[in-house]
Amino acid sequence: MFETTAGQEEMDINKLHHISDYQWRIEPVNGMHVPGIIFASEDLILAMDEKVYQQVCNVARLPGIVNASYAMPDAHWGYGFPIGGVAAFDPEQGGVVSAGGVGFDISCGVRTLHTGLSVQQVMSKQKELADVLFKYIPAGLGSTGIFHLKKKEMNAMLIGGARWAVERGLGDHADLERIEEHGCMQGADPEQISEHAKERQKNEMGTLGSGNHYLEVQKVVEVYDEAIAKKFGVALNDIKISIHCGSRGLGHQIGTEFLKSMAVSAKDHGITLPDRELACAPIESKIGQRYLAAMKGAINCALANREIVTHLTRQAVKQLYPDNHLDLLYDVSHNTCKLEQHEVNGKTKDLFVHRKGATRAFGPGSPVLPDALREAGQPVLIGGTMGTASYILAGTEQSMQLAYGSACHGAGRSMSRRKATKLWRGGNIMQQLADRGILIRSPSLRGIAEEAPDAYKDVNDVVKAAHQAGLSRMIAKLEPLICIKG
Amino acid sequence: MITPHWQHFEHKADIGVRGFGNEPAEAFEQAALAMSAIITDLSLIEPSEEINITCEEAAQELLRADWLNALVFEMATRKMLFSRFEVSIEDGLLKARVWGQPINVKRHQPAVEIKGATYTELAIYQSQGQWVAQCVVDV
Repeated sequence: MFETTAGQEEMDINKLHHISDYQWRIEPVNGMHVPGIIFASEDLILAMDEKVYQQVCNVARLPGIVNASYAMPDAHWGYGFPIGGVAAFDPEQGGVVSAGGVGFDISCGVRTLHTGLSVQQVMSKQKELADVLFKYIPAGLGSTGIFHLKKKEMNAMLIGGARWAVERGLGDHADLERIEEHGCMQGADPEQISEHAKERQKNEMGTLGSGNHYLEVQKVVEVYDEAIAKKFGVALNDIKISIHCGSRGLGHQIGTEFLKSMAVSAKDHGITLPDRELACAPIESKIGQRYLAAMKGAINCALANREIVTHLTRQAVKQLYPDNHLDLLYDVSHNTCKLEQHEVNGKTKDLFVHRKGATRAFGPGSPVLPDALREAGQPVLIGGTMGTASYILAGTEQSMQLAYGSACHGAGRSMSRRKATKLWRGGNIMQQLADRGILIRSPSLRGIAEEAPDAYKDVNDVVKAAHQAGLSRMIAKLEPLICIKG
Repeated sequence: MITPHWQHFEHKADIGVRGFGNEPAEAFEQAALAMSAIITDLSLIEPSEEINITCEEAAQELLRADWLNALVFEMATRKMLFSRFEVSIEDGLLKARVWGQPINVKRHQPAVEIKGATYTELAIYQSQGQWVAQCVVDV
């Protein structure tokens, strides 16, 4: 089958106003209510798609947007919003909530666990550990969870999130304070979630999913800030486990359904959509409120899902290291819209902050952080790819001023899946990584080719740009030893 | 008359599906084939079990997305893959007979799970005597 390309044109840097080496501004013209701000190095900008520019501008045209339409250093062409897009809306100014601005994989996120294991302990059983993790964690298309949720339990899960999982013995109570919203997003209403969405989820609790989702065993190879690393419990040569997954079929179905109903109802609310994918509704409208209540349920689903995957990981690791227990460092969500208080022109405002493929990165002193982390700032967990590093960063005071306390979320693709499968074979990628000491386990060789490390931007550049821009501070670098891909 | 066919088009994070046919229904069938081909090689999917799908939507473009999303739902809940489609469309009512088989991970080596059909690059149009139906799907 032949192919055509779309959206492969690169951004014209001459259209941007250089504010600093890591901050670029798009002037508000042609119906933009606010400017666009892109946080990135010149090299990252030059590699960005022209579509990112258009999407940053389109978001700036939505009603009630406050300050600016932001793009993080890993921004790439998304749906309506760029992936790596951040925007806040003021309900008092007719602000909107956008299903497209949250995305399909609602509350997809990353959590990192301390293992307390030494490099030697892991490397002496590396293959066994890879196999036992692959056996315990359902991954890939067609996999099902170990639970089947009936209606009552489904509703309890949608209201309770990770707290629901912990109450059923599927997680540790101590985990909860280290999850955004203390593991339970308030205000979820299962009545606003369709039977179709629930049907898609009933056999999927505790599954990893596929695509870019993974579970990784990682080694800390560099520490940049000893003081904060110590507060996070991170030291050189530590072994950590990171899990990247989301709200599974439930979130996808909610995204699909509200995208349509918001696209269709936009004109009833007097909203002209610059792009149908920006489907949105006034926060105060009936559909806006329904979406928020459903999306909160999907956030809880993602939090419960990561909690259960953690529970399974703990069981798996105990098979080889019976005395081991995995403690949670932190859990971050990427695709969300949350009501937060931020300073705007010296006044505290209630804003609905959309982060699409962006991580919340609250600075030191934030009241939502647990005591143990409050002084250090929020851990910001940035995933790499199968063969490349991941990073732990910390939110900064500056990040609160720059983009509502937000940072990048990962490397971001630089190549389509199609192109990746033409260039590489999964088996070869697995072997190359094994030669470098990284073991991959996946149900699909083609999936491995599509997720090949070289199909992504250099995560090192993205993280450096986030650090230099002041969005968050680099704390530690981790390299993979084992990767379970969905 | 053209030979109905499909193609993928590039999107950095995801992938686009495009179906070509002599009428919209045929283009919809081809777009569905293109979507299955994102997951696995079509020749590996035995069209041994039949299911029926109905969608109703007056706007043809939205019907196009509804159709693919109905397939995503059936794939996800039945744990099946599909490789043969017969679609008819009349006054915004789409009726389809769809054939496929349960997912077998060893056989199909499914590369990705499809989250949903998006409105990005969503279009249905007539060009040079053929119907084209396309959109980007989120994987």
